[in-house]
Amino acid sequence: MSADSSPLLEVKGLTKSFPGVLALRGVSLHLKKGEVLSLIGENGAGKSTLMKILAGVQPADSGEYLIEGGPVNFQNVRDAMNRGIALIHQELNLASNLDLAANIFLGREPNKKGIIQENEIREDATKYLQRVGLDLPTETITGTLPIGKQQLVEIAKALSCDARVLIMDEPTSSLSQKETETLFEVVKDLRNQGISVIYISHRLGEVIELSDRVTVFRDGENAGDLAKEEINHENMVRLMVGRDLSEFYDRQIHQPGKTVLQAREIISPAYSTIPVSFEVRAGEIVGIAGLVGAGRTELLQTIFGVTPALAGELELDGQSFRPSCPADAINAGIALAPEDRKQHGLVLPMTVRENASLPSLERDQSKGFLNQEAELKISEKAVEQMQIKTPSIEQIARFLSGGNQQKIVLGKWLAMNPKLLMLDEPTRGIDVGAKREIYKLMEKLAGEGMAILFVSSEMEEVLGMADRAYIMHEGKISGELDRNELSEESIMNLATGGEKTAA
Amino acid sequence: MKKNIIGIFALLVVIFVITAIINPKFLNAYNMQNLIKWSSLYAVMSIGVAMVIITGGIDLSIGSVVGLVAVVLAFCLKIHGLDPWVSIGITLGLSLLIGLVHGLLVTKAGIQPFVVTLCGLLVYRSIGRWITDNQSVGPVPLEGDKGYVNLEEILGLDFIFSGKIPLGDSFNLPTPFIFLVVLGIAGAVFLRKTIWGRYLYALGNNEDGAKYSGINTDNMKIIAYVLCSFCAGLAGLLFAFELDSVQPAQTGEFYELYAIAAAVLGGCSLRGGEGSILGVVIAAAVIRLIYNSINMVGISTHLEFGILGMVILFGVIGDEVLKKTMAKKQLSAR
Repeated sequence: MSADSSPLLEVKGLTKSFPGVLALRGVSLHLKKGEVLSLIGENGAGKSTLMKILAGVQPADSGEYLIEGGPVNFQNVRDAMNRGIALIHQELNLASNLDLAANIFLGREPNKKGIIQENEIREDATKYLQRVGLDLPTETITGTLPIGKQQLVEIAKALSCDARVLIMDEPTSSLSQKETETLFEVVKDLRNQGISVIYISHRLGEVIELSDRVTVFRDGENAGDLAKEEINHENMVRLMVGRDLSEFYDRQIHQPGKTVLQAREIISPAYSTIPVSFEVRAGEIVGIAGLVGAGRTELLQTIFGVTPALAGELELDGQSFRPSCPADAINAGIALAPEDRKQHGLVLPMTVRENASLPSLERDQSKGFLNQEAELKISEKAVEQMQIKTPSIEQIARFLSGGNQQKIVLGKWLAMNPKLLMLDEPTRGIDVGAKREIYKLMEKLAGEGMAILFVSSEMEEVLGMADRAYIMHEGKISGELDRNELSEESIMNLATGGEKTAA
Repeated sequence: MKKNIIGIFALLVVIFVITAIINPKFLNAYNMQNLIKWSSLYAVMSIGVAMVIITGGIDLSIGSVVGLVAVVLAFCLKIHGLDPWVSIGITLGLSLLIGLVHGLLVTKAGIQPFVVTLCGLLVYRSIGRWITDNQSVGPVPLEGDKGYVNLEEILGLDFIFSGKIPLGDSFNLPTPFIFLVVLGIAGAVFLRKTIWGRYLYALGNNEDGAKYSGINTDNMKIIAYVLCSFCAGLAGLLFAFELDSVQPAQTGEFYELYAIAAAVLGGCSLRGGEGSILGVVIAAAVIRLIYNSINMVGISTHLEFGILGMVILFGVIGDEVLKKTMAKKQLSAR
């Protein structure tokens, strides 16, 4: 590694706001040549926002951005690329119908008067593919490759633009264990070639393995830096949540009651050959962990009647039940706070009142007419009970922060007194304060005997909140872990296709 | 919402006053009666299409439904001599059926509303021409016209649908206005005071969000298409009695565009989820008023569509600007 320690990339005091959120409140970060810097923080800490600013996807509101000591002001991704900054997206940005060479040079094909220089492209493409350890013909159609290899193609594409800084946003969130290992080899290799990497991940184990240094964000601010020798689990979590774990995830153990939801061999349309069985009891908080794309959201949607089960049996409170649409599930006493809050959870252009009362309108109607009194009561109660920060119940939901939006979603379901509350990534995009309130609410509801089933990609959330967790892998439940068996290793092992080892 | 209605109402008043100043004849009772009558006829269709547009859909078949209903009514009365009330039942039933088919095709078969109703536009027009052999027919006998049974009842209906109620010495209130008032109030109550109205707005803004809240979005959309075609059918009856002679090829042609224009000018967004009955009714009146003003002021009638187009365009641009500034205010107020 070079002895030169002046930063290759540096930002100081960056701020950025969106409707409803101040995403970055003056953050700083620096990166040296040939360094792997991990950027960690809870959901909503501002990591992805900063990455987008670094890569020119969106401009900052204020603050300094320096490359090799000189200020830059990127207007778009191409500007950033020209200075050697490349973002490897969480969702891949490849044209799956084109071959590898075409993808690597998409938009900058070497050409003479518009005629693409095929031979040149293939030769160069092969060179870059080899740098990321891919020994594949350049004619391979990109979409036929597994996701892990496609990601390497994306890195090859970045290298072909002379990238000096690779920004990787949760690159392993949908990779198998083997693919993850391959990716790490490539990253380490690139570091040795003098390329710098900013690595974002929720998996602290990966961060420990890969990083030369760690920068921690919390609620859009710097929470601290860790040098190589300081990088360990406790230090990272403490900086991420700003307090000790036990205080943050304030759980009490309740004696679980009778079974509320029993699923026997149910088959969701997304995985038409894989039967899934599980149960949730009253007063119990059950987590579902797994990689992105493991079928967790699909499972919740099947229980909620969005994508009705193809086969199998569902029982709610001992009664057989077959929801064919969400209305069925809701009438039976199930609620779902969906992962995509803006698309599925709320009607954003409507007010807090209209959103909070939407599921209850039918119950409270009189001959089809709105019961405006009940509507007011429900929305006022939601605001009070959930401590929704809004100027009034007539505020448009779009103008509230992510945390307050999620509280509206929860408030509207609590007005329905569900027996089973399902939460899909309940704290995605939410600040630490609101997060803690949501955890407290989950604990309180479980204490009152509600059954709670939640899906989370945040390791700490599953470890902190679940009484019991099911781990999913490629559509099936690969294991069940009790609270005392839960650990990052045991979850990742099952999530990536390993077997449950005897305790 | 409210500001939007103030805007369109101001437009109505401005055009009204300017026209009255340039040509005082504009204000005479006969012209006012005509203006009210035609505005009412257009507004009835526009209320219907507003329901569909609020769900995020569109109905291009309105003009053809108007034409078909008018033709079928005349066909029943003149050619088959059916009882007038039965004939009205048949025609309104037909329009309900058409709406139901549209709704089912859009929701259950998943075909885009534009395509479904474009095909409807073509099909209903040609059915009307076919059953009458493209000959004009009147639901009401013209002078010297023989071959109508139930003559007295027909004339009674003619009064209901296109009569005039004397108010004062020289002013007669056209009966279509009464239809409009009743329909408008019913529509506004439906949209603002019932759970189904709320559901229409919710699903128009975010269909998935509405579905995840337990709303049967398919049924609500079907209801919207049924209401739309019903309004078109009712408008068809009003037009049929108004026109005396129905031209299978022309009656109602392009009316869907007037109706959609009124809905959009009146505050409906084609993206769905927005709009109010009052705004749409005023906008329908604006559209008729512009047409009338062009004649009164002496602008070439060839410019009619051009002026209408520009008014709608600037109206919608103004609306967008208003919305953006309000959104900014909201954000900075936080």
